[in-house]
Amino acid sequence: MSDKQSSNAYWRANIRTIWICIAIWAFVSYGCAILFRPLLSGISVGGTDLGFWFAQQGSIITFVILIFAYAWRMNKLDREHGVEE
Amino acid sequence: MEQFTLNLIVVGLTFALYVGIAFWARAGSTSEFYAAGRGVHPVLNGMATGADWMSAASFISMAGIIAFGGYDTSAYLMGWTGGYVLLAMLLAPYLRKFGKFTVPEFIGDRFYSQTARLIAVICLIVASVTYVIGQMKGVGVAFSGFLNMSYEMGLLVGAIIVAVYAVLGGMKGITYTQVAQYVVLIIAYTIPAIFISLTITGNPIPALGLFSNTAAEGVPLLDKLDTVIQDLGFASYTAQTDTTLNIFLFTLSLMIGTAGLPHVIVRFFTVPRVADARSSAGWALVFIALLYLTAPAVGAMARLNFVDTMWPNGPQEDAIAIEEMPNWVQNWERTGLLAFEDKNGDGRIEYWADEEKNEAVKVDRDIMVLANPEIAGLPSWVIALVVAGGLAAALSTAAGLLMAISSAVSHDLIKSMINPAISEKNELMAARISMLVAIAAATWLGLNPPGFAAQTVALAFGIAGASLFPAILMGIFSKRMNSQGAIAGMLAGLLTTVIYIFLHKGWFFIPDTNSFTDADPLLLSIKSTSFGAVGAMINFAVGYFVSNATQQPPEEVQELVESIRVPKGAGAAQAH
Repeated sequence: MSDKQSSNAYWRANIRTIWICIAIWAFVSYGCAILFRPLLSGISVGGTDLGFWFAQQGSIITFVILIFAYAWRMNKLDREHGVEE
Repeated sequence: MEQFTLNLIVVGLTFALYVGIAFWARAGSTSEFYAAGRGVHPVLNGMATGADWMSAASFISMAGIIAFGGYDTSAYLMGWTGGYVLLAMLLAPYLRKFGKFTVPEFIGDRFYSQTARLIAVICLIVASVTYVIGQMKGVGVAFSGFLNMSYEMGLLVGAIIVAVYAVLGGMKGITYTQVAQYVVLIIAYTIPAIFISLTITGNPIPALGLFSNTAAEGVPLLDKLDTVIQDLGFASYTAQTDTTLNIFLFTLSLMIGTAGLPHVIVRFFTVPRVADARSSAGWALVFIALLYLTAPAVGAMARLNFVDTMWPNGPQEDAIAIEEMPNWVQNWERTGLLAFEDKNGDGRIEYWADEEKNEAVKVDRDIMVLANPEIAGLPSWVIALVVAGGLAAALSTAAGLLMAISSAVSHDLIKSMINPAISEKNELMAARISMLVAIAAATWLGLNPPGFAAQTVALAFGIAGASLFPAILMGIFSKRMNSQGAIAGMLAGLLTTVIYIFLHKGWFFIPDTNSFTDADPLLLSIKSTSFGAVGAMINFAVGYFVSNATQQPPEEVQELVESIRVPKGAGAAQAH
């Protein structure tokens, strides 16, 4: 495989990973904490509802995990496609 | 020992530490002045980014705004952390691979145009100066409370200290200084929160205390808070009062602004490898999350304590008598940021939602975090620590922003466009002069800030998110994007957002020159702080159509885009 093809495949794999992460990122913040909050109002968490928890803590925790998951996955992709430094 | 003396000692000690580190690592060459020689470990870089990031807005202002805004203000929490996900995936690794010093440099090279670079410099300066105004509000509040003077005097003293501090050290001084500042500010934020959480809920971890039962009544803390403030006529703390549209757009503005703010992006130029840029963003967010998970607890508990102070026996009984007001009230009244007016002349101050009968006529949100340990009756060394932490937060961010402004002016504007033959000495001089000008402008505007510190800072995020973020993103992810598209997009995003903000906050933030207010905004329910997301959409749309209607970018630029997409072959930054 030429360098060009390999870096194209690498880039496509990267884009796919980004889309998955973006979907999770949007789901917890714009979804659970804002748009779907009324739907989740039946689930109570410490004096309030799940949407409130996502808005004030749940999203932040998810974001931290997401970045490390992305970094881990990309390090692996870097090696698989031979584009690491 | 008197509180004031103790404050002075603790603040003095922490300052001696920062200045000591700054001198120890004093910047020599211009390359070190801008990007710290690129040898910083991801964890340390993450910590320094955390200090750089968490400004007066996060430390001093945010919990106070949450205290009085409840659920609606969650946008600050999600917005100022969620942006790091975008940064780690969409910008940081590629900009590190690109390997230059500044954001305008990337825009200029990627869009092969000095005009694009110039517009990026303008976007950067507008966003950063607005940001510094917010910092100055925080600095003014902190110094006025700490030195027992009016807000205006506190602002002036703070401005002088920021100026000395920022002009002395370069980024290298700042990187290691900021690690120290992070440690000071996180300890200062957490310790009082632990004390307060223990008192109210018996849980030593504030983030868990927020969702626990109160120790006194055994009911959930948030339930109690909802009941107490609804009795006074305020909206429920946990309920949504703002429109879904505005909350959504506000969160988005803050997120893309986080990813578009030059002083944060620059941080990722200083890591050794591309892979480190990704993990640095993760570490930065870990250190930021430590404060951001505590902040909503601080907000809710501060509100509860504040109501308790005003109504010692509950709203059914008499309100607090003026002569029984605790010390902290008198201290903050002196700054002019807290004001009472005994409207019915009964010698008591009644705190209500209803403007007619409310006698706590001015409660500046930005004093809540600083006054919080006093409100909760914590020991005086804790109070001194919080003052030191607030100043650390404000100073570190102000310094980082001023660095970004000065490098844009001296490096991108003067060195590459006006006078390429400038000597290194004169370049440093230009950098320092531009810092001083920025501080002076921000201080003057800080006398009548367009909002509380965090709100002013939110405007800066809107501007950065609407102008720089789309241009950088399209520069990396679209090979088709050309200079015409980027220039038109940046201009459209910047102008629509700035004009929308000025229409609501006054032209150039001069009071009483506004035509609309955020209570009754121009478009739907979109407040000026939320418009950045709309501005970014306009930027993307204009950029897309203009670039498709004009020529493809040259071959070598398309190759440049290919090369920044893969980590392989990233060297050290090229000097000029």
